[in-house]
Amino acid sequence: MGGLEAGAIDQEAHDYALWERRVDALMMLLSGPRRIMTVDQLRKGIEALPPDAYDSMTYYERWIASLTNALLDAGVLTTEELGARMARVSARGPEAE
Amino acid sequence: MSHTHDHEHAQPRPDLDDTMTYYRVMEEAVRSLLIEKGIVTADEVRREVENMDARTPANGAQVVARAWVDSDFRSRLVANPKQAIGEIGHDIGPMHLVVLENTPGVHNVVVCTLCSCYPRWLLGRPPDWYKSRAYRSRVVREPRAVLREFGTEIADDREVRVHDSTADMRYLVLPMRPDGTDGLSQAELAALVGRDSMIGVTEVVPPLRV
Repeated sequence: MGGLEAGAIDQEAHDYALWERRVDALMMLLSGPRRIMTVDQLRKGIEALPPDAYDSMTYYERWIASLTNALLDAGVLTTEELGARMARVSARGPEAE
Repeated sequence: MSHTHDHEHAQPRPDLDDTMTYYRVMEEAVRSLLIEKGIVTADEVRREVENMDARTPANGAQVVARAWVDSDFRSRLVANPKQAIGEIGHDIGPMHLVVLENTPGVHNVVVCTLCSCYPRWLLGRPPDWYKSRAYRSRVVREPRAVLREFGTEIADDREVRVHDSTADMRYLVLPMRPDGTDGLSQAELAALVGRDSMIGVTEVVPPLRV
């Protein structure tokens, strides 16, 4: 990415949603003393996303996609349980906070 | 800048927390599975979010202001940042940190071209623009033009050094103390030091005289 052509820099900031801050927290916990995965793994997973996915996804969407792939690769989660849980969460709607 | 433009920016962006997007569903599913498997606890996730929310550029500003008023601290800060920053009660986390001193001859600016590595223990979460494709692509090739977009004009005869962060190596810019601040206390100095000056896209300006 360094050195590629690009336009003006958008300096506007947005407030992170709670789910985004939780993605951040999960990554810190998993890459900290637990050593379930590393920051390098997170980055490799993000770089492995297709170019159009990279550009259409938001920052923490890329993080959760990469983090989840790493957990699947490591066998910490299975695709079956993840799929079932996502269906359940989706059907239920947002959790109370 | 037109009145209309200012008005549009007066409202914070909604955080869309009431919509269940695909990736938000994924986050909740992964988190609940990790909790059930005993890999993390709900309380740990909550505390991690709170700890990160509490880290702000004010932490880095304290470090900078101390270095401005205490030359021994400044030497220790450059020689062994982790230890010096620990002296004043801040943790820099598990990563290596390099402190880059701005001088009359050199201006430093930091980027992470690979992703978004950042001294988050001292500055909080990185701003959106730091993570943007535009900043990461351009600052390594045309740093002076990028700095100009942030309102920073670096004299032609002053060297600009761009530092590319990695997962294990983070950078903090130690900006130059502005002129006209001799009478200020350490706390008053710290209040002048903004986030962007510690990334290196701006310089610290003296307080306005009234």
